[in-house]
Amino acid sequence: MKYIRDPKRIREVLGKKVQFILGDIACVYGGLLAGVSFFGGYPITPASEVAEGMARRLPRVGGVYIQMEDEIGSIAAVIGAAWGGAKSMTATSGPGFSLMMENYGFAVMTETPCVIVNVQRTGPSTGQPTLGAQGDMMQVRWGTHGDLEALAFAPSTVQECMDFTIEAFNLSEKYRNPACVMTDGEVGHLRERVVIPDEENLKIIDRRPATIDKKDFIPFTNSQTIKNCKVPDFPTFGTGYRTYVTGLTHNEKGFPATDKQPDHERLVRRITEKISDDADKLVMVEEMNLDDADIAFVTYGATARPAESAMEMARKNGMKVGLLRLKLVWPFPNKLITKLAKQVDKIIVPEMNLGQIVHPVTEFACKHCEVVSAPKIGGEMHLPMELYKYLEGK
Amino acid sequence: MKKDIRICGFGGQGVILAGFIIGKAASVFENYHAVQSQSYGPEARGGAARSEVIISDEKIGYPRPVGVDCLVAMSQESFDTYRDDIRDDAVIIVDPDLVKKHEIGRKLYKVHALKIAEELGNKIVTNIVMVGAFTSIYGLLKPEAVKESVIDSVPKRFTELNVKAFERGLEAGKNALKEL
Repeated sequence: MKYIRDPKRIREVLGKKVQFILGDIACVYGGLLAGVSFFGGYPITPASEVAEGMARRLPRVGGVYIQMEDEIGSIAAVIGAAWGGAKSMTATSGPGFSLMMENYGFAVMTETPCVIVNVQRTGPSTGQPTLGAQGDMMQVRWGTHGDLEALAFAPSTVQECMDFTIEAFNLSEKYRNPACVMTDGEVGHLRERVVIPDEENLKIIDRRPATIDKKDFIPFTNSQTIKNCKVPDFPTFGTGYRTYVTGLTHNEKGFPATDKQPDHERLVRRITEKISDDADKLVMVEEMNLDDADIAFVTYGATARPAESAMEMARKNGMKVGLLRLKLVWPFPNKLITKLAKQVDKIIVPEMNLGQIVHPVTEFACKHCEVVSAPKIGGEMHLPMELYKYLEGK
Repeated sequence: MKKDIRICGFGGQGVILAGFIIGKAASVFENYHAVQSQSYGPEARGGAARSEVIISDEKIGYPRPVGVDCLVAMSQESFDTYRDDIRDDAVIIVDPDLVKKHEIGRKLYKVHALKIAEELGNKIVTNIVMVGAFTSIYGLLKPEAVKESVIDSVPKRFTELNVKAFERGLEAGKNALKEL
């Protein structure tokens, strides 16, 4: 039975417009608002509430929740559901994200739209199950083998858990690439007020379906319906468009073509460029007090919160401190970082890991200013005072 | 204005729900900013549990308490753990039947929440009695807002019991204020 997004039904299931809910549950709301109709779940702390929340609500809007045998099974099911026409998602945490890496790459190579919520916890391995971290920020970019472009959001608030899950679906559908919501145990298990957007203020993007005459359809090439678009039109299984889906390097018809360099280059150039060509348009940041800043924090997710508190302490003491918060971490806002580096004397990059996003920041800033890593691990976010000391150069 | 509130006890007492109700009252039924975080052991019952709420009239950056303005303790173990980790002028509320060793040379408010809940026929609402007592003792939130939050947060079939528990708690809090 085909799922049809029913806004009235979704809103009945979500309940009141203003609520006080967990970050994890806000991801559930975001998915439901975006029109998710399939969730392949496998519970893992601190992401279990996403699966639980979906299991309770998704069937009530006409969608399907399946409890899979493990995380790689979950994403496999999610990819299959996407080819059946569903907006599909899963949620996990570090160890599960590691297990998903193979099929994450499969989703990239097969140009399958889907959303993965990663409520990050500490690692390596099983680490500290109930505590937050930001240790998977490079994994989402480079964790699966081969060349790809990642789409990765980092919410700092519970509201953003909802908003960015909707946006992740939009980018995923637009670019036919998996998109990740890289939240963490701190924000995932935080409760805050959220305001559910009205239907008329909701921007929902759906994948562009194949509409060309069936005999002329080519599944893995530039769009055949709009000009100069590197995202192919989507041939939902069962609609009569012939295709073949493989993780092997394939030709434009989708059939394996694994022994010639140009076939691979043409394919992988297209699936990376469909995103990288738009990188400048995709920049999503929040700029605070940057106009006159000498020192800037560049940060994302939960860590932006103590950084903002430290910035406010510093401003009260007359220090010219600003903050650039990355809402979408990947694609990385290269040009913006270089522009900021030309303006300030120092960039400080606080993260709940031993230094990950500080590397691309350094790559694009180091010619123009000093870049300092401010790491914190062990399942606790930085105290504002700890970050203030970095501002004082201690 | 920014207040850090910590409610602690053992797993199963509903300290997380208590924090949730207070945070929701502040941010949904009044116009404050609020965040609620929690930590608990792997046990479903027993073990230490705590719930922390920050209520502010400005946007909240760092979402964990940096000092505690109000400590509500519902077990001896949690009281012993957190009693020193509070500001000098912090308000302390304890159930003296659950926190027997509470004389630490500081003024504190005593609320027999467990006893009141038992009088109401179900000790499961001990946390809601405490929420009521917190509301009248701390005075930060409007009783009507907290009551609405209680009603919004508990299963419908238990609304009446919880509202009673909340109102008895409000009353007990007022009495505790008078006693001190």
